[in-house]
Amino acid sequence: MAQLAWLVPLFPLLGFVIIGLANRNLSKSVTTLIGSGSILASFVVSLLLFFEKVSQPTPTTVHLFDWITAGNFSAKFSFLIDPLSTIFLLVITGVGFLIHLYSSGYMHEDDGFRRFFAYLNLFVFFMLLLVMGDNFVVMFVGWEGVGLCSYLLIGYWFENTDYNNAAKKAFIMNRIGDLAFLIGIFLIYQHLGGIDFNTAFNITNLANLAKGNPSAITAITLCLFIGATGKSAQVPLFTWLPDAMAGPTPVSALIHAATMVTAGIYMIARSNALFSLAPLTQDIILYVGLGTALLTASIGLFQNDIKKVLAYSTVSQLGLMFAALGVGAYSAGVFHVVTHAFFKALLFLGAGSVIHGMGGEQDIRKMGGLRQSMPITFWTFVIGTVAISGIPPFAGFFSKDQILAEILAHKGIGITAVAMIVSLMTCFYMFRLLFLTFFGNFRGTQEQKHHLHESPLSMTIPLMVLAFLSTVGGFIGFPHGIGHEMGIHHWLDGFLAQSVVITPNHFTAGQEWTLIGVAVGLLAGIIFWAMKTYVTDGKIPVKDSEMEGLQKVIYDKYYVDETYNRLITKPLNQISSGISNFIETKIIDGGVNGIGHFTKWLSSGIRTIQTGNVDLYFFAMTISAMLILIIKLFDK
Amino acid sequence: MQEIVQGVPLQHYIWLSAILFSIGVMGVLYRRNAIIIFMCVELMLNAVNLMLVAFSRYHSGTTGSSAQVFVFFIMAVAAAEVAVGLAILMMVYRNTKSTDIDFLNRLKF
Repeated sequence: MAQLAWLVPLFPLLGFVIIGLANRNLSKSVTTLIGSGSILASFVVSLLLFFEKVSQPTPTTVHLFDWITAGNFSAKFSFLIDPLSTIFLLVITGVGFLIHLYSSGYMHEDDGFRRFFAYLNLFVFFMLLLVMGDNFVVMFVGWEGVGLCSYLLIGYWFENTDYNNAAKKAFIMNRIGDLAFLIGIFLIYQHLGGIDFNTAFNITNLANLAKGNPSAITAITLCLFIGATGKSAQVPLFTWLPDAMAGPTPVSALIHAATMVTAGIYMIARSNALFSLAPLTQDIILYVGLGTALLTASIGLFQNDIKKVLAYSTVSQLGLMFAALGVGAYSAGVFHVVTHAFFKALLFLGAGSVIHGMGGEQDIRKMGGLRQSMPITFWTFVIGTVAISGIPPFAGFFSKDQILAEILAHKGIGITAVAMIVSLMTCFYMFRLLFLTFFGNFRGTQEQKHHLHESPLSMTIPLMVLAFLSTVGGFIGFPHGIGHEMGIHHWLDGFLAQSVVITPNHFTAGQEWTLIGVAVGLLAGIIFWAMKTYVTDGKIPVKDSEMEGLQKVIYDKYYVDETYNRLITKPLNQISSGISNFIETKIIDGGVNGIGHFTKWLSSGIRTIQTGNVDLYFFAMTISAMLILIIKLFDK
Repeated sequence: MQEIVQGVPLQHYIWLSAILFSIGVMGVLYRRNAIIIFMCVELMLNAVNLMLVAFSRYHSGTTGSSAQVFVFFIMAVAAAEVAVGLAILMMVYRNTKSTDIDFLNRLKF
C-alpha cells in the first residue's frame, strides 16, 4: 500500500491541471466536483496509509525516480511515509477537503471561482510534497511552492492594491526565511554528506559531528529555525501573517491557520535528531516562540477585525508550538498542530460564515446578536472558542496542557507562567470576540440586519464536522499520568515514537490534576470577566480615533511594521535609488555608451572605404587574390 | 571509362578549369546584371569541381574517391545556395524593379 503513496499528491496536481487548463469551459459544479473530489481521493489514500502505519509503524521510503545526480550529490524524488508524515497527510487532506467544500459555497458568487479552486488544489499538492519528501530538496520544493500559492491566494482579489501589497509582503518575508533554510540545507550537505533524511539524521554521523564540530550543528539548526520563523510567522518575521488576511476567508483557514504555517513545526519535528543535539538553538526556539506568543496575544486583545483577532491568535498558538519544540517536546508540538488545525479552521470558517451573513462586514463593533439568526455558526463557533481556550474536554485543552506540562518539567515555574499568561490572554480575546459577535444587540445598519441569514449547507456541514473534531480530537493525546491511572494511553506519543524523540512521562496523576485545576480555575475567572465586560455591561470597543495610551500602541501592533519600514525598507530604498542614480546612469550607462563612442571614433576614417558598391568589392577581392598568388609564385 | 579519362593528360583538365574559372571571374567583374553574375559564380564553382575530380582520378586512381564525394557535397550546397540566392534576387527585383547591381549600393554605414 505504501508504494501507492504517490497517488496522494497526484490527485490535487491533476485537479489543478484540469481546472487550470479548462478554466472557462467548466461549470461551477464540475469545478467543485473536480476540486473537492481530488482532495477527497487523496484523503482516502492518506487514510489507508495511516492505518497501515498504525499497524506497522516502521518508515517506508517510496522511490519514484532519481532527480539530481552530480558527483557525490544525489537528490532522489522519493517520499517518506512514517507516522509523522501520515499524521500531517491526514490533517492536510482532511481539513483541506472540508475547506474545499466550504469554499464552493463561500466563493460561489465570485468571478474567479475556477481560478480559486485551481490555486487551492495546487497549494494542497505542494503542501503534500513538503510533508512527504524524503529529503530536504523535495521538502524545499514544497516549501517554495506553498509560498507561491500563499502569494497567489492572498493577492487573489488583485484589483485591490492593498491586497497585492499584502501578498508581496508575505512572499518577501517568506523569502528571507527561505534563504536561511537553503543555507541550512547546504550546511547539512557539507557537514553530513547528504540531504536525504536517512543520511542527515544518521545517528553515528551526527554523533561524530557533535563530537568534532558541535558549532556546525548549532549553525545548521539556527538556519533551519530562521527558515521556520519565515514560514510559520515567528518574531521577527511574523508581520506578514496578519496582513495575509487579505485573502478570501477559506484561504486564511486552510493556508494561514491549519496547514502552511505549521510547515515550520513539521520541519523542526522532522529534524528533531539535529535539534536535540543543539541546546543553544533549542533555547532560542523556546524564547522566540514564547516571545512571539506573548507579543501577538497581547495585540489580539485589542483588535476589532474578526479575522485579525484570529490571525494574531494563530501566530500566538504557533509560538506555543515552537515553545514546545524548544523544550524538546516534539510530539506535544505536533499534537497542538493537529488540534489547532481543527479548531482554528473551524473558527476561521465560522468567521467566514459571519462575514458572509453580514455581507462583507469584518468589524466586530458593528456586529452583535448574531446568535438568533445564525444558530449553527454560533454553536460551532462556541465550540471552537472553548476548544482554543483550553477548557476540558475539548481538543485544545489536551494539547495546550501537554505543552504547559512539558515547559514546566523542563524550565520551571517562571517560564511556564509566561505560557500560562499567553493562554489566559487567548481565552480572553476569544471570548471577547464571541460575546461581541454573537451576544447583545445588533449594531450594524438596517440593510445588513435585513440581509442576515444562516449560511448554506455546503458551508455549515464543514463547520459541524470540524466542531465534532474540535470536541473529540484531543483524546488522541490523553495526559500520561491521569491516563495511566484510568487505563487510557497517550496514543499519539506512542504512534509518533518511530519519527520523533518522545519525552518521558514527568508527572504523577495528582500533579496533573493540580495543573489542570489551576488552569481551569484561571480560565473560568477570565471568561467570567469577559462576560461581565461585554455581555452584562454591554461594553463596546471605542472607535479608532478615540483610542489613547497603551491601548492605541497595542491596537497599532506596537508599531512593528512602522519600525521595520524605518529601519529596513526606507534605508534600502534610499540605497537603491542612490545606486540607480549614480552607478546605473554614470557607470553602467556611461561605460556602455563610452565603448560605443570610442568604436565610432576609431572607425570614422576607415568607414569611407565601404561604398556599398558590390562591383568594387569583388574587384578588390580578385586583385587581392591575384596579388597573393603572384607573391607566392616569386616567394620560393 | 578509366582509359578514356586518363587518355587526356592532366594538364588539359587544369587548363580547362583555369579557363572556365577566369571566364567566371571576368563575367562577375564586367557584367552588371545580377542574374548573369550569379551564373558566373556557378561557373567558377564548377571549374573547381572539375579540378577536384580530375586530381582525384589521376592521383588516387580507382581506390580513393573522397574528392569525388566532396564534389557531391559542393553540388548539394551549391544547389541550396542557388535557391536562397534566387529568392533574394526575386525579392530585390520586386522591390527595385531592377537586377542591376550598381543600383544596390545602400549596403554601407
